[in-house]
Amino acid sequence: MTLAQIFFLLVALVMLFSALKVVTVRNLIHAALWLVVTLFGVAVLFAMLDAGFLAVVQVMVYIGAIAILFIFAVMLTRRDASEKGAPLNPNWPVSAIIALVTFGGLAWLLRAWQGLPESAAALPANTDTLRALGEALVSPQAFALPFEVASVLLVAALVGAVYVAYGRK
Amino acid sequence: MIPLSWYLFLSAALFSVGVFGVLARRNAVAILLAIELMLNAVNINLVAFWRYLTPAQMAGQVFAIIVLAVAAAEVAVGLALVISVYRRRQTVVADELDLLKW
Amino acid sequence: MSVWSDPIAFIGSWLENLLVGWGLSQDLAQALVAALGVVVLITALMVFDIFLVWIERKVVARFQDRLGPNRVGPFGIFQPFADVLKLITKEDITPWGAEKFLYNLAPILSLLSVLLLWAVVPLAPTILGVDLNVALVYLVAAGALGTLSVIMAGWASNNKYALLGAFRQVAAMIAYEIPMVVALLIPTVLAGTMGMKGVVEAQRVWFVVLSPLGMLVFLISAVAELGRSPFDLNEAESEIVAGFHIEYSGMKFGLFYAGELLHAFTFGALIGILFFGGWNWPLPFGDRYALIGLVNVVVKGMFFYWVIMWIRYTMMRIRIDHMLYFSWKFLTPFSLAVLMVTALVHNLMRQAPYPLYVLSLFLANVLIAWVTIEILRRYSHQERMRLEGAAVQRN
Repeated sequence: MTLAQIFFLLVALVMLFSALKVVTVRNLIHAALWLVVTLFGVAVLFAMLDAGFLAVVQVMVYIGAIAILFIFAVMLTRRDASEKGAPLNPNWPVSAIIALVTFGGLAWLLRAWQGLPESAAALPANTDTLRALGEALVSPQAFALPFEVASVLLVAALVGAVYVAYGRK
Repeated sequence: MIPLSWYLFLSAALFSVGVFGVLARRNAVAILLAIELMLNAVNINLVAFWRYLTPAQMAGQVFAIIVLAVAAAEVAVGLALVISVYRRRQTVVADELDLLKW
Repeated sequence: MSVWSDPIAFIGSWLENLLVGWGLSQDLAQALVAALGVVVLITALMVFDIFLVWIERKVVARFQDRLGPNRVGPFGIFQPFADVLKLITKEDITPWGAEKFLYNLAPILSLLSVLLLWAVVPLAPTILGVDLNVALVYLVAAGALGTLSVIMAGWASNNKYALLGAFRQVAAMIAYEIPMVVALLIPTVLAGTMGMKGVVEAQRVWFVVLSPLGMLVFLISAVAELGRSPFDLNEAESEIVAGFHIEYSGMKFGLFYAGELLHAFTFGALIGILFFGGWNWPLPFGDRYALIGLVNVVVKGMFFYWVIMWIRYTMMRIRIDHMLYFSWKFLTPFSLAVLMVTALVHNLMRQAPYPLYVLSLFLANVLIAWVTIEILRRYSHQERMRLEGAAVQRN
């Protein structure tokens, strides 16, 4: 086992542990902070996968904006400091079974899937992946249209969120 | 070097944890948190496939960015809805939001 | 020559050879030397940070027509050491009902978010942590950790003033992050890269000439990001006592304080690097001799740190809603307009001779400034008429 593999396993363990904490912990602020740990793990994975830009954007968007938004929302939607009642609903065992079946099915599929590469393909020489990504996002032959649609979606979501959350006097 | 399957297993596990959270959590904000977990699991898959199979084409990373944008939009609208619901009903527990069941 | 142009690599390879000579493996020696580099950089920064305390106190004293610390050592230069001693020996209080773990994590994270910035700040062509090709976005991402630490501190303190301060700070940070990102995109467009080194090397003419408005937007949003006056709503003493670090005492407060000072200097250095040529100066050799480059960057950083202090101790605090309006209604659209015009002119004039290119970008900036001022003037005139009309009717 190489050093990279040990590091990957460590990151994966931390991520799974914190993900479990996100879905089970009673205090929602703690849940949001555990989510930050998981998302940070995802950023580390992106960095290991040579997607530096995505890693940085992951930290910026998820930790800098989305996690903060969650913490704000939790603070705005509770009456006192501690959340009362069980964090999980009564039929959580059924949910656990469904989740386990999902994981089992996916794992079974993956086991059956032959020909997954053991090691990554070489990055194309002489091309900067960041530049390639930027060009892919704006070139009409590639992804200019989906990119524009995504930005329209963001604007629509922004307007919708403001409208929905705006307190009417 | 790390085999691609490790990334896929991790992402499958993360996705399942997210599924559990969505189904089992009572608080609507917590359900949204779990949805974020699922979206991130998808993103790991996309980027891992990009790196291992087609590093010359940027489709994987572009898709990951679009997922990121969709996640941001979803959180903004979702939390706005939660806050709006809380204003009217004074609760964000999903079981108690049963007006349509009457 | 090698020592003067690239001292870090020189010392590094010397140390590595020494360690290998002691019987360590090549990989281990490399890792050890890299770790040592990180430790040395952080130690140097923290020692410098202690020095910054003295500078800040001396400068604020001058602005307020006082002498400042002048008892301990010549010019009071050893005052910060006395301060540190006091902070260390103070009682370490954790308030009742606080979240102990988060409460203790927040100051560490706060300082960490600043130290992380220095991984990409180039002090000289050869003295830099990593030449990340996404360094400018990385700056904003590290700032996101700072935001997180603020909200952690505010929430874990179990104090409503702390929470209010944290809310204000986070609202401001998120609001001013957008103009900051846009302002960072202007050097990116001009240099064609997001790497710090590339940005400095692309500055044949300092970017402040090509985009003075971009520099201004960056400076304003940096001041807001730092939470300094006129944007220091997070610690408005007259309203919420001390803001998010109200419950912190002793060295935990010290970490916040050290982080804040170092953050201010870091942004000063970043302005110097992104808009004022970094290690280059009007005289030659800035890019050939590492020490000259280092001195250049530090002097420029100090100057802009002083500018930030100047703003802080001259302007009065503005109201929170004014602050947020200023970002969302003025600075964000304004910075977007500057970015679009800069990108347009840059692409149109790229083939033109260089002086013409510089001139057209500069004139474009002047034009935007003029149009903005004109629009603001119309608007304020209209607003004044409306208010005066209302006053007349009331009488």
